[in-house]
Formats: sequence, C-alpha cells, structure tokens
Amino acid sequence: MQTSLTINGTARELDLDPRTSLLDALRHHLGLTGTKKGCDHGQCGACTALVNGRRVNACLSLLCMHDGDEVTTIEGLGQPGALSPMQQAFVEKDGFQCGYCTPGQICSATAMLEEIAQGWPSHVTEDLEAQPELTIEEISERMSGNLCRCSAYPNIVDAIRKAAGETA
Amino acid sequence: MTEQLKMDAPATDRRLDGMAQGLVGAPLDRPEGPLKVTGTATYADEYRIENLAHGMLVRAPGNSGRVRLANREAVAAMPGVLAVIHDPRLLRNPAQGTANKAPVQDPNEAHYLGQPVALVVAESFEQARHAAQSLEIALEGGAPRPVDPETAAYEPQPAKGVDQGDLDDAMAKATHSIDVTYRTPSHSSAPMEPHASIAQWEGEDLTLRGSYQMLKYNRNELADALGIHPDRVRILAPYVGGGFGSKLGLAPEAVAAAIAAKETGRPVSVALTRPQVFETTMRRSETRQRVRLTVDPEGRLTGIGQAALVSNLPGEVFSEPVLQATHFLYAGENRRLSLDLARVHRLCAGSVRAPGEAVGITVLECAMDELAEAAGIDPVELRRRNIPEKDPESGKEFSSRRFREALDSGAEAFGWKDRPATRSRREGEWWIGYGMASAARINVLKESRARVTLAPDGTARVETDMTDIGTGTYAILGQIAGEMLGLPRESVEVVLGDTDLPAAAGSGGSWGASSSGTSVYVACQAIRAQLAQRLGVAETDLTLRDGQAVFDNRTESLAAILNGDEIVKEGHVLPGETSKAVRQATFGAYFVEVAVNGVTGETRVRRMHGSFAAGRILNAKTARSQCLGGMIFGIGMALTEEMAFDDRDGHLANHNLAEYHIPVNADVPQITVELLEERDDWASPLQAKGIGELGICGAAGAIVNAIYNATGVRVRDFPATLDKVLAGL
Amino acid sequence: MRPFDYHRGTGIEDATRAAAQGSFIAGGTNLIDLMKLEVMAPERLVDINRIEELRGIEATDGGGLRIGALVSNTDLANDPRVRRHWPVLSRALLSGATQQLRNKATTGGNLLQRTRCLYFYDRAMPCNKRAPGTGCGAMEGVNRILAVLGTSEHCIATHPSDMAVAMMALGAEVEIVRASGATERLPLDDLYLLPGDTPERETVLAPGDLIAAVILPAPVEGRQAYRKVRDRASYAFALVSVAAVVAVEEGRISRADLAFGGLAPKPWRNRDVEAALVGQSPSEALFDRAADILLEDARGHGDNEFKIPLARRVLKAVLADLTTGAAA
Repeated sequence: MQTSLTINGTARELDLDPRTSLLDALRHHLGLTGTKKGCDHGQCGACTALVNGRRVNACLSLLCMHDGDEVTTIEGLGQPGALSPMQQAFVEKDGFQCGYCTPGQICSATAMLEEIAQGWPSHVTEDLEAQPELTIEEISERMSGNLCRCSAYPNIVDAIRKAAGETA
Repeated sequence: MTEQLKMDAPATDRRLDGMAQGLVGAPLDRPEGPLKVTGTATYADEYRIENLAHGMLVRAPGNSGRVRLANREAVAAMPGVLAVIHDPRLLRNPAQGTANKAPVQDPNEAHYLGQPVALVVAESFEQARHAAQSLEIALEGGAPRPVDPETAAYEPQPAKGVDQGDLDDAMAKATHSIDVTYRTPSHSSAPMEPHASIAQWEGEDLTLRGSYQMLKYNRNELADALGIHPDRVRILAPYVGGGFGSKLGLAPEAVAAAIAAKETGRPVSVALTRPQVFETTMRRSETRQRVRLTVDPEGRLTGIGQAALVSNLPGEVFSEPVLQATHFLYAGENRRLSLDLARVHRLCAGSVRAPGEAVGITVLECAMDELAEAAGIDPVELRRRNIPEKDPESGKEFSSRRFREALDSGAEAFGWKDRPATRSRREGEWWIGYGMASAARINVLKESRARVTLAPDGTARVETDMTDIGTGTYAILGQIAGEMLGLPRESVEVVLGDTDLPAAAGSGGSWGASSSGTSVYVACQAIRAQLAQRLGVAETDLTLRDGQAVFDNRTESLAAILNGDEIVKEGHVLPGETSKAVRQATFGAYFVEVAVNGVTGETRVRRMHGSFAAGRILNAKTARSQCLGGMIFGIGMALTEEMAFDDRDGHLANHNLAEYHIPVNADVPQITVELLEERDDWASPLQAKGIGELGICGAAGAIVNAIYNATGVRVRDFPATLDKVLAGL
Repeated sequence: MRPFDYHRGTGIEDATRAAAQGSFIAGGTNLIDLMKLEVMAPERLVDINRIEELRGIEATDGGGLRIGALVSNTDLANDPRVRRHWPVLSRALLSGATQQLRNKATTGGNLLQRTRCLYFYDRAMPCNKRAPGTGCGAMEGVNRILAVLGTSEHCIATHPSDMAVAMMALGAEVEIVRASGATERLPLDDLYLLPGDTPERETVLAPGDLIAAVILPAPVEGRQAYRKVRDRASYAFALVSVAAVVAVEEGRISRADLAFGGLAPKPWRNRDVEAALVGQSPSEALFDRAADILLEDARGHGDNEFKIPLARRVLKAVLADLTTGAAA
C-alpha cells in the first residue's frame, strides 16, 4: 500500500503491507526506534507520537491511514546535544529510570502543555469553561495515558513543571 | 591483571570518605539520560540488522496433554513463512534468577495454559503474527491438573522456617495476641519493554541482543539450552527497559530466536507480545499467610508465627521466600515460621521485585498494625519497642541498622503525631486515615568483576557485563571510578551489557550496585597503587582530584605520571566471612495518608513518605528514584494489582495492561523520600547496601493500614479494591 | 491480523457500498486492537476518515447539535457548546481512556466499541459473542468487570463506553445511512440489542450500514453529572457509572434522566426509575426506591456481585448531589 507522509519534517514514501501499524512502520522500516512498543494495544502509551500536532498511540493506527499526515516522533523533538527543554527537564529531574517509556512520556508531555495552553479541559478540571491551570493534579491526570513501571511519576510531574517554567 | 578482594573482614578504613573528587553520593544526572530522552538508546529489538526475519511464539491452549501442531504444513505454506519450529529445546518457562543452566524444556507437553510450544518465523512481523495465530495446537490425552494452591498438594520447605520456643504457649499466656490470615495475589513485573531477543549466528558463534538482567548466567543458560559451549555465546544488553525480576533468567524467546536463526540461516527477532510477557515470564507467587503475634503487658513481642503457603509449577525449585526478613526484623523468643510450596499448573512463579519481603513484610506489618490496636499501643511505638538487640534467631550482631532512626525521622517528617483516631476524620465523602509500616530487606554481596582502564590522557573507562535496567549503573560506576581516580564524571566512560566484558553480579536482589561497584573500587585501588608506586609514595598518601595527583605538597597531572602508558586493572570481589559473621539488612519506614470514598470505597493515596537506611548512598538522585519506584509498586500491590487466574484451568485471565492495573500517574502523589546517612563496613568496602527493592518491602502494608485508620475496614485480601472496602463501609 | 483489502472511502455512498463485505474504520482504537488479536478479522477495511460529510458539529434547528460520526472524542469534549449546555457529555468523554486515545477515537466508533470481556478477547476461551455456540467462559470465570443487568444465559458482557452513557441520558439519536442509501434516525437506545440468544449481534446495523451522526436534542433544564467508579484514578474502564440530568422545581423532582454504564451489555436506561422519581420530593427513601427499581432484576455472577450494591450507592449519591447542595 503506497503511503506518502511527512515524518519529522522529511517527506517519506512507503509501500508496505496494509497491516503495518504506524508504530511498526517507524520501528521496522524507518529505523525510528525512539517510538517504543510497550503493549501494542493502546494500553501503555509508550508509542505516543504526534500526528498533525496531536498525541496518539502509534500502535493503534495503520500506516496506510496516514497518507498526507505530518508525524513527529521523539527524534523530531531533540537530539543528544540539542535537547528540547522538556527532554532536558526529564534528565535533570530523573523523570525516568529504564528509559523505555520515556520518549512516549516526553511526546505526551510536550503535547499536553500545548493542550493546556489551548484551554482543553480534563477529567479533574473543576470548571469546564475556565482556563485549566498547570496543577500537579492536572498534570497527573493528563499524563495518565503513559505508564511507567519504574514509576518515575513524581519526577515526571516535576520535570513537566520545570519545563513549563513553574517551580518544582 | 586481576586484583581480588574476598570480603572476609569489615572495611573499616572507609576509603571513599577520604577521597577528594566529591562524586560518590552526589545527585548527578544519569550520563545516558540524553540518549534515553531522545529515543536513541538502543534496546534489544531495535537493531537494524540486514535480512532480519521475525518470529512469533505460539501458546498451548490448555494445561495438559501432548502437543500436536494440527496444521503445520498449511502454516508453513503461508505467505512469507520461513519456518515452523517445534524443537525439543524450546523452554517451558524462564530460568530462575542465577540458575546458570537451562530450565525445563518440553514443548511436547502442555504444563500450563500460555506455555510457548512453537515458533513461527516469517519475512515480516505482520506475516509472522498472522501465521502464528493460524497455527492450531491440539492437545491430546490431557487430564485435569491442580490449579488452585489452596487445594493442591504441597511440599513443606523446612530449610526456610524456624521453630523456636513454644508459640502455642506464648499465645495462651499473652496479654494481647492476634491470629489473622492474609492473602496476596500473584503479581507481574510488567516491565515496559517486552522481552525480546535478536539472534544471529556466524558459523557456530551466536550473538544474542537481549533484554536481560544477569548476563553471565544468561549466557550459560542459553548455551545449556542449545547444547553448545558458553564460549560460543555472546549476549549484548546495553539498555534494558525494566526487569523487576522478569529478566533475571533466560526466557523462552531467546532460545526460540537462536534455534530459528540457526534453522533459517538468518538473524531472527522474537519479541514477546504483551499477553505473552504476562503468560510466559515469571509471576510472583500468590500467598496465604497466617500470622500470630503475642505481646506482654509492656508491648514486647513474646511470640511470632508466620505460616505461608506459596505455589509453583512442578519441577521448579523456587519458593517465594516469604519469611526472609521476618526471621530478624522483630524480637520475640517464641518463633514458628513455616513455608509450604503447592504444586499447580499456573504459569511459572519466580522472582518479582523483592521476592519474599515484598509480600512477607507487607503482611507482617499489617498484622503488627492489628496487634498495635489490640494492645492499645501506637504503631510506631510498638515497632520501636521490639527492635531486637541481635538477630533473634542466630544471635548474630547486625552489621548496621538505622531502623529506629528511620521510624522516628519518618514519623516526624510525615507528621505522624496528627494521626486521627480510627474512622474519625472525614472531608466530604472522603474518610481520611494514616498508616505506617516498617521496611526490611536482606543485603547480599555477589561475586563481580570489572575492568578499569586509565588512559594516557587521564580519562578512564569502566567495562563490565553488568546491566543498567534503570537502576543507575551507568551513573554510579562512573561516580565510583571518578571518585577513586580523581576524575570529573565526564572523564569516565562506562561500558556495560556485553558478555565479552568481565562478568558481573548482574542486576537483581538489590546486590548489583554494591557488588559491581566494589569490583570497580577494587580495580581503581589497584590503579591508585600503581600510580603511587610510580611516584614513590604510599597509596594512602596520594590525593587524586580533577586529573591531578597531590602528594608530598606536590601536584602532578595524571597524564604526566602515566607518561604515555595506560594502566589496566580488573577488580574481582567475592563474598566472604562478613556475609556469615553478621546479619546484613536494610531498613526503613513508610508513612501514608489515604482518602477513602465513603460512597464508592475508592482509595486515593494523598501523601506517602519513606525514610530508608541502606548504607552509603552512591547517587542520591538515582537512589531516591529507586525508592520511589518501590513505593509505587507498593501502591499497586495495595490497591490494584492482581493476576486473575481462572480457577477451572489456571489460565491468567487479565494478561494485558488494560486489566492488570499497574498504577498510573494519577494514582501517585508527590512522594517524599529520606535517605539516612549510614556506613556499613561489613557489607562492602563502599559501605553501601542494596536499595533497589527496599522501597516495596512493606509499603503496601502502610496503605492498607491507613485504609483501616480511615474507615475501620480491615482488608486482609490484597489488593484493597473498592469492593472489599465497600463490604465493610 | 489477517490480510485485508484496504479501501479509502471517497464519500458516503462509496463507503457504504464498499463496506458491504467489510468493516468501516475511523479512529481504529478498538478495531485495530481486536484485529491484532484476530478477534475481529474483516476482509475489507473501509477507511472513512476522508469523508468530510462525517465531520463537524453543527447546531440543529431545534436547538440541539448534530455531531458528525468522525468528530473525535477530544473535539466533542472540548466543544464550547457541549461544555456549557451538555456538560455531562464532556465529563463522560473526559473520564474515558486517555488523551492519546481520545484524540483518535471518534463519536461513531465509540458507540460501537466491543466489550472488554477477557474471554471475548482470548481466542483460546469459549465465547458466544466471538464464536457463537462455544459457550460463555465468563459466566463462571473471571467476571469482575461484567454485567449484572440485561444479560442472558449466553453472555454477560458489558458495553465499555462512557460517552454513550451520557448520550443515552441526554436522549440522543443516531443518524444512520443504510447500505441501501436510505437515511434514518433512531433513538440511541434502539441502536443496541441485548444479547439474548444472539450475543454476536450487538446493534441493529447490517453490514454496510454507517452511523453518520449523533443528534443531541436541545438542552434541558436541570443539573448534570457523570460519575464514574473504577479501579484506578484514571485510564480504567467503568465498574459503575451514572449519567444524570436532574431538575427540581418547587421542591419536587421535575426531571430525572438517568443512564448507567458498567452494568449492562448496553448503556442502560430504565424509564421506570425516572418515573418513580419525577414528581416526588427528594429523600433518601425515594432514592432507595429508585435504586430498587433499577436493580430489581440485577443478577451477579460471583466476582461482579459488588456492582449491585455499588450501583445503588452511586445512584443515591448522584441524586443527592443533584437535588441538594452544589452540583457535582
């Protein structure tokens, strides 16, 4: 199945088995292994990537459905030596241990700050019509789609607050 | 040139305290952090190898009967399929940690539902997955098998128990006593990286890129399983996406990948699916624990009884060591501890983070809470009164133990004095309560080797087959070497996870940091001695800092001293008399505030604090993260985690992350951790003890005790899901 | 995952024709999950994501909203009109899954989610829904998350949606384009079938029938709440949930539109419960009577029995919240 899309700013043409997930296309065919496979069923968030600016589970999407889309993976957010502020904050706050869920956490956190800026409510937002604040409770709820078995959650929250310019 | 240290005497010289670089203990960032946060650290299944084929394991659909591949030819003819492998060498279940040899290999008979019995290999992952799903496994001539530990035949494990004094008599005479039975379910390690192996042969030499915790054992296990010499096997695991016990021993995918790669003549990747991770790697055994405790009028324990029932597959020697720390945590002259191992056809039981204490101390600490209430003594005070002077069974001294300080300091930091009376504090729908528990975990030193090279330019390289599974090995080994050699952290490179390098203890049992760290220390000591020799001074008179040697009021750069040479030393540590002469363990205390919803029974952990003493802390940042991780495992144990087995066939019903509920971010508050200053000279020359597991060894008990304080509901059947709380509200 | 023929739908007519031997795919968050396990194995996938007519949220003449089938859970939850006038719907959506999943999951797909029953998901297990006639593994098995209302001797599956529960309480209708091209509207309640003797049939939709939109009626007086009880603080399916729109006039309940999740094979609405409440003064005794009616035929199967008392408690708490004090 012929698919054309943009990944981290680069146009890509792929002709793959239609069964290929976006995640497996990245990992098996493009060498972009920063997007991780933790469960392959939308139950862990390790495969979180940005599609047209929104965070999604790359495992629950077929590559052929993304013709014309813009995909940003962890590799597109920063590189060693040129870390994004979120990546830097994760390093400083030890927002990971084994590192396997980390790219998904960082993609998710990066998108989350934008979602809050745009006023998206969450399950814990008290007033659905008010601008949500970057509280610990809001961050925790909004990051609950990214499991971390090393359980760096408190440090992940601190890292996100740091990246957002809050005191952590 | 190998320098050996056998730990036969306490290391009272405390050399690290006299070093000048200031690295050991400092809360430094992980050096591999930039790779991990950019997705450029490479895990097992991420190597781009030309001509790579994909394999998918196929499970037995029942727990009994001879295995027949009903449509093997049809599957072999499917698009892209390269091989259908049903080889007698396939593993029934993973090797136990440190087994050093292959576990049971028997794909011809079903022993438990989910057992891998075949592998399908294809050109692409998609083809392999579909072909594997198409392979029909027929089970012939099966018979009903025991799957319920509470009704199955069991084997007593007398070596793990004790019978001292007369517990029945103590029960009869006690001022206060309790006799309660708790149950804990099976838990899954559930590391975020599923087990995966890429096998590649060059002639008779096998390279396996795997996700493993203990490479020197894994190499021997793989070689034994395949029937080849270990020298033919190289395992690479520079990054491991979590283990928590599940990657201690060789797992089925590695052997399957190796066989498939040989048979197809191509490199083969076999990654477990998430359900396969649940079904074919280790579970923590469920436990039933009867605890009896007795106190005298002053609140001093006179008797401790803990009778535990655990389970495993037939043929497996591992029995969850529930009683491990009960043997020494509290005083009490009448002691009866016993362990029974039931034989059931559920998936294999083995080590999951802190085997033994994670469930044994958790339950003991719940029972202590019940005793405190029965005796009318504050729970912290009850524990303080029962700290034994010496090991209450062996009579040995404790190597170091800041248990009382952890209790006191933790209580102070948390604000324990404000604990409400049982079921007395309410905020709207929510009942508020505090709970606490002690933490205890045995400490172990294991044989370990590392090579340290001091290069002519004054930089150093540390090499060992030790792994970093998130534990901070890259950080701490570099800190130890930098401290000893007087180098900035950036001047030390750490290379891990390759069996071609000196064999380390591996990551597990909380022994990785102190064992592998000591091997680095020993190598660095030898390098220091050589530098001192070149300078003609005593090694102890040599100060190394920032690449400079200071001695006799002179300063010289390492590069100048080396004068174009490199110094290479291998450090080799062996456990010795100090492991037997004293009782070595780590201690701590947890304090928790919960809110329990009065309508629904839902529990939220609002605050959680841990104070821990684990000898010298090698990196305050990564050590704290390890403690956080353990405590959050405790939240899962207390509230949500349970492997749900079907009583009819013993199969694991909730074999996915949607229904096996590990904690999510919203379940976890901003936990605080205090690491108490401590030096344990008996443990290692680093004076460090293990800290990777201490955080879970009782944590869940503190939460369940807090639920009781909040609501008056005592849940004795873990986890304390809302239905169980609700039943008492 | 079995091989399939992928077809990118260009319009509704093209899509419905193409899907006569296949399945639509929109967000794919449930379908791809199940296809990977071969629990579902359509021969053809008809991708409807490019069909513009299925997008957008528009005001209807009657003061309600027409929500295109492709509107994502995120966009629906965030819509300022929904947040203001139908907050129960925003709340239900926000309590479901995760932001990543809500970004992909669609309105139409959410309504058609399959059960999370562990036996349905495991092809080694009997399941009358997945493989009719093989029996129900869950009835005497691990069934903590399964249904206590509306079940049959063949199936005790639950419908996992939160969104649909809120829509049910709001009296939503679905707009369906039949494979024949005919368009019809039917109450959401009528979309779903109870398992009976055919648990494999979950809705009245035939192959090729497409949900084009959901129609929300005009907002009504009253306070709204969605309360979800689950095993984790987030990212877990409902054990019990209640969607409620309740109004009180002059001390008497004038409206009590209630729907329940986690209890039944479909989002559950029982008009007798509502009738018993309307016209009465709020009281604990009244709420108990409502719960009695709701749970009259409830039957547990071991693990899931707790849902019966839990549903009672949650219903009573929601009614108490909405009839007195501050809105939940």
